[in-house]
Amino acid sequence: MQLSELPVNGPWGEQHLLGLERLTASQLTTVFELADALKVLTHDGTERLSVLKGVVVANLFFENSTRTRTSFSLAARRLGADTVDFSASSSSLSKGETFIDTALTIEAMGVDMVVCRHRTPGAPHLLSRHLKAGVLNAGDGTHEHPTQGLLDIYTIRQHRGRIAGLTVALVGDIRHSRVARSNIHGLVKLGARVIVCGPSTLVPPEIRQLGVEVAWNLDEILPEVDCVNLLRVQFERQRGAFFPSITEYATLFGMNGERIRRAKKDLLVLAPGPINRGVELTPEVADGPHSVILDQVSNGLLIRMACLSLLAKERRAGQRGVA
Amino acid sequence: MRNLLIAGGRVIDPASGRDEIANVRVVDGKIAAIEPAGQQPSGAGQGAGEFPCLDATGLIVSPGFIDLHVSLREPGYEEDESTATGTLAALAGGFTTIAAQTDTSPVIDNRSAAEFVRLQADRARHCRVFPLGAITKQHKGEELAEIGQLVQGGAVGFSDARHPVANSEVMRRALEYTRMFHRPVLHFAMVPELADGGVMHEGFQSTRLGLRGIPAAAQDIMTGRDIALAELTGGRVHVMCVTTRDSVSRIRQARANGIAVTCDVAPHHLLLTDDVMSSFDTMYKVNPPLRTRDHVDALIGGLKDGTITAISSDHQPRALEKKQVELDVAPFGISGLETTLAVCVTALIEPGHLTWLELLARLTVGPAAVLGLSQGTLSVGQPADITLINPGSRWTVDAGRFQSAGRNTPFHGLTLTGQVVSTLVDGEVRWSRP
Repeated sequence: MQLSELPVNGPWGEQHLLGLERLTASQLTTVFELADALKVLTHDGTERLSVLKGVVVANLFFENSTRTRTSFSLAARRLGADTVDFSASSSSLSKGETFIDTALTIEAMGVDMVVCRHRTPGAPHLLSRHLKAGVLNAGDGTHEHPTQGLLDIYTIRQHRGRIAGLTVALVGDIRHSRVARSNIHGLVKLGARVIVCGPSTLVPPEIRQLGVEVAWNLDEILPEVDCVNLLRVQFERQRGAFFPSITEYATLFGMNGERIRRAKKDLLVLAPGPINRGVELTPEVADGPHSVILDQVSNGLLIRMACLSLLAKERRAGQRGVA
Repeated sequence: MRNLLIAGGRVIDPASGRDEIANVRVVDGKIAAIEPAGQQPSGAGQGAGEFPCLDATGLIVSPGFIDLHVSLREPGYEEDESTATGTLAALAGGFTTIAAQTDTSPVIDNRSAAEFVRLQADRARHCRVFPLGAITKQHKGEELAEIGQLVQGGAVGFSDARHPVANSEVMRRALEYTRMFHRPVLHFAMVPELADGGVMHEGFQSTRLGLRGIPAAAQDIMTGRDIALAELTGGRVHVMCVTTRDSVSRIRQARANGIAVTCDVAPHHLLLTDDVMSSFDTMYKVNPPLRTRDHVDALIGGLKDGTITAISSDHQPRALEKKQVELDVAPFGISGLETTLAVCVTALIEPGHLTWLELLARLTVGPAAVLGLSQGTLSVGQPADITLINPGSRWTVDAGRFQSAGRNTPFHGLTLTGQVVSTLVDGEVRWSRP
């Protein structure tokens, strides 16, 4: 199968995937439908395709992440691409080389697409202005994490068949969460009602301007909620104490069996992970019937395959245009 | 003999309120007379002195601009700027007098360091340079610098540059001690804990972009403290770069109550708002950060009613490679000297907020009064420090053509109005636009 033969039905037109804020509802649907097709073509992601044969994808991870990097690597290889891994620990950054120089050096080795994880918001945007390669944002600080947002929404869509009209609660550290921002942009565009819920120190009031509701009391909103996405408490991004203790956080915002019993019968529980068991959710909930956490992981592979394919296709179309 | 007749220009001298077409006669480097235009220059009555004539028709003839805090970066950070390049950039921006900020390495916190600033300025022979001295040793905010000896070395005011003096007791002593020398303390009013790690204004845009914000309250609280300490001590405090609505209103109130507080504003805070951060471009990273429209409107209000008496370029040159990094590690700052006038014209004159007389007052007599300098006027007998301006000239900023070594500007490629044509110091044309 050739790249050109992949069933892309809707609009795309993006050179880079930097965030969900700039995508339209129909572009989001394009990704989901291609992920559906790839699920069939690869027999649930178990078989390899060769649509990206000869394409080199570089994973530039300036921040540790085993899960996302593995998922991207696997997605690229499932499509027949070659991958190179670059992590900050093995980098020249400590030798004074700038971030851009590092990326240019790697690009010069013949890289077509760069998957970038960085602790600074806007770092992939900076790369996209300096590199000819397509740039995929694999999480930029507290800004966006588009593929995570896509896979969360895709998982909800898979279980519910739609997004429009659903009420989705994002619970936890909204202030420091790139997953929250990507989810908000995607969900709002697709017509969901989004409630962000967490300690008032971690929910900036201005977030309302993105089209969401703000709640401080999980128990009050829980009966109205169709899906709850439990964001990880970002201990590493917090400066100083935003809440008094982990125990208090778990008491007020943790998802436990008690809360599940008071929620809708068909509540979906998502968690982008890695989860802090006993903090955001109890093991009972994580491993219980409402949890779709493992679906999120397998869907992550499909979503990343879809995104890599779309960027590769766009890139090839552009090159043909130039030639 | 530096004799000159600047003929036919619109002479604006905010100190006297003059705004008319006139000739400015310079004799021996000093202002000798301002005469009605049309009067032919003649040697009669001036002995055999020659009067080369500079045709200023269509131009504004202004006293040379004065900048309260310019980072020259020498010694220690010559990759950013040197005294020679920074003072040439000053001339290109219309500034004939600048106060040199203390953010060098080592810090200008002793007499010999202050004298080095003057020595380098003499060698460059561009504009006048007065050193500032540090408030505290090494900007640590702990012990007072040798303020008396700094005065002996030429310091005209005291500043710890971008380092707030967080300890109120230290600030109190600084305001008390500087009273002896009749010198102001130029403070960067910011509560460090609230600003820590911030890269932009805190609000909707910072929330949207996931960038750490610096709340307006960080400046408001410190401005309020500084006003209280100025009242307590009778010292003179000058707040550098006000950016917030509340700081302006606190300063307005304090001035009405007779407290010795002044402030300045930087041009970029008058033209840009925080939504530009959507580009994640480090050129927009300044401290204090670019705020929202309501704050900008309050700053313009403060300029109009005289709460803000000075505009400073807030010149912070940085080597380009330092800016070509991630937003959180990039340094703050804009290379501002060469765009100050045009940004002010574009933000203040074109929309009709200020008259030329009002704008030029904030660039001349306003800052002169803060530092107690005699410059900034076209009074007879004063050194002929003069800036000629083409008020309607539209030009596109090209950072590559800056005289400053710092090419870090968010205005590159932007078309602005108002351009400096020539800059004279002591009646001598030190810089002319090529």
